[in-house]
Amino acid sequence: MATVEAASQAGRTRAGSPPGRGHRLSTYLYRRPKLVLLLLLGVPLLWLVAVYLGSLATLILQSFFWLDSFTGQVVRTLTLANYVELTSRANVDIFLRTILMAAVVTLTCAVLAYPLAYYMARYASSRMKGLLYLLVLLPLWSSYLVRVYAWRLILAREGITSWFFSALNLDWLLDGVLKLPVIGGPSLSVSFLGMWLVFVYVWLPYMVLPIVASLERVPGSLLEASGDLGARPGKTFRSITFPLALPGVIAGSIFTFSLTLGDFVVPYSLGNSSYFIGQAVLSLQGTAWNIPLAAAFTVVPMGVMAIYLLGSKRLGAFDAL
Amino acid sequence: MRSRRRGASLGLKLAAVGALLFLHLPMAVVVLYAFTTDDSTFRFPLPGLTTQWFAVAWGRPDVWAALWLSVQVALVATLIAIVLGSLAAAAVSRSRFFGRDALSFLLVLPLALPGIVSAIALRSALGLMQIPFSSWTIIIGHATFCTVIVYNNVLARFRRMGPSQMEASMDLGANSFQTFRHIVLPHLATALVAGAVLAFALSFDEIIVTTFTAGQQQTLPIWMFNQLTKPRQRPVTNVVALFVIAITTIPILLANRITRDTIER
Repeated sequence: MATVEAASQAGRTRAGSPPGRGHRLSTYLYRRPKLVLLLLLGVPLLWLVAVYLGSLATLILQSFFWLDSFTGQVVRTLTLANYVELTSRANVDIFLRTILMAAVVTLTCAVLAYPLAYYMARYASSRMKGLLYLLVLLPLWSSYLVRVYAWRLILAREGITSWFFSALNLDWLLDGVLKLPVIGGPSLSVSFLGMWLVFVYVWLPYMVLPIVASLERVPGSLLEASGDLGARPGKTFRSITFPLALPGVIAGSIFTFSLTLGDFVVPYSLGNSSYFIGQAVLSLQGTAWNIPLAAAFTVVPMGVMAIYLLGSKRLGAFDAL
Repeated sequence: MRSRRRGASLGLKLAAVGALLFLHLPMAVVVLYAFTTDDSTFRFPLPGLTTQWFAVAWGRPDVWAALWLSVQVALVATLIAIVLGSLAAAAVSRSRFFGRDALSFLLVLPLALPGIVSAIALRSALGLMQIPFSSWTIIIGHATFCTVIVYNNVLARFRRMGPSQMEASMDLGANSFQTFRHIVLPHLATALVAGAVLAFALSFDEIIVTTFTAGQQQTLPIWMFNQLTKPRQRPVTNVVALFVIAITTIPILLANRITRDTIER
């Protein structure tokens, strides 16, 4: 309120004297709200349209160009060759592998995040809740690369995980899991299993927060009513809590899914020679200089996310963001 | 009503604590490894403890150069983001206009699309227009994301503030500029600071887009990424990792103190 007084004071001292330039300009602007809007919006809009939409447009355009492998130059004539190449067996495998990983990571995140979110929304005191929010947010904002690096230390063949399993005399279990086809590997730090763990670890906070937000909107009386009417906790969860929390889960899954689709750091750090989308794009533009094919590659995750976003919107996930 | 609510079941508590430990224990491992005497493997238990690697890391010009580039980029990108983000938030909050929904959708896009899409989009734009890589090409990419962060923070504050105080100020005879100076700015201050800190942290940490817009330049995340894929300098990397944890955690804790409710992505 002190600020309102200060402003009125400032207004009053001016009222006696003839209106200054500031006043006249202010009045001029007040009468032209459209001009004010233009002044406010012009620069940010120009930036977003020119830099962001412009880049996306060139991305689509580039995907129809082609690389002359003889000269190493991008030829600016339109062709569908890149899109035909996307349908090759190896490339389809890359897409399926990445989308499957994104789906499994998303499901795991939802399962891990739900109990924590439920506790935060229903049981934590407001002090406790503040602390829990901070604990969930802190990893989100601390260095992503360091967080991936931590798992290189933990999962290394000679690292903590191996030590832990052998301390419990469970070496055979770890070795057995690593011998599994596809998900195993020479060590956890070079396997799909390890990659899955690290993806879940880095994206988990993105799942917790929207679920808390949607659970907070479920009135406690609804759950009590369900119990009073004789539903067991499992039944209440299935028929009341989960359907009402679903928009939050879907909102969180937009992040975990999209982030997994577009990542190359985790696959490069913990993967083997089977590529993920991000890796393929990075190596296409970095070593092969084939930006047109790299561009066509990213049209797939764009399409997947567009479908995902449309579906989520229909399920009401945007209200929970 | 409250008395009827029983405490959380043991299973729920364990699951919640388990998720939190999963989120935080790995960081403790990084702290521990900064002190290992082992310079060629990630052996555990650690063969011995030492602080010698801190001195080694301190004397590394490539680490300093990467850090300096990251700080420069983050500062400039944050500055641009504060201007663009607040202007956009002010416009969206004060009036309804044609295309407003399209604009708010456009402002979500840089965060909702997979990073690799924005990355290759910017890369192909640079390629088509034959713009050479420089710190500015990195900054342009970062500023776009950071603008979204600042926009979200400032917009949330504008919504909570409502128009009545501004109207009161104008009714009492203050002009738009005085109202801005005495009413709007004090209200926005903490949201701006929090938005700036978060934008800085985001830029300082960004790798996906940076890899595509940096050319041969090394920011600190790119330096870390090179060590991740081809680990040659393990002890130095361990120390740098510890250092990065320290310098990112402290500003975030501060931003959280300043404003409890505006840290949103």
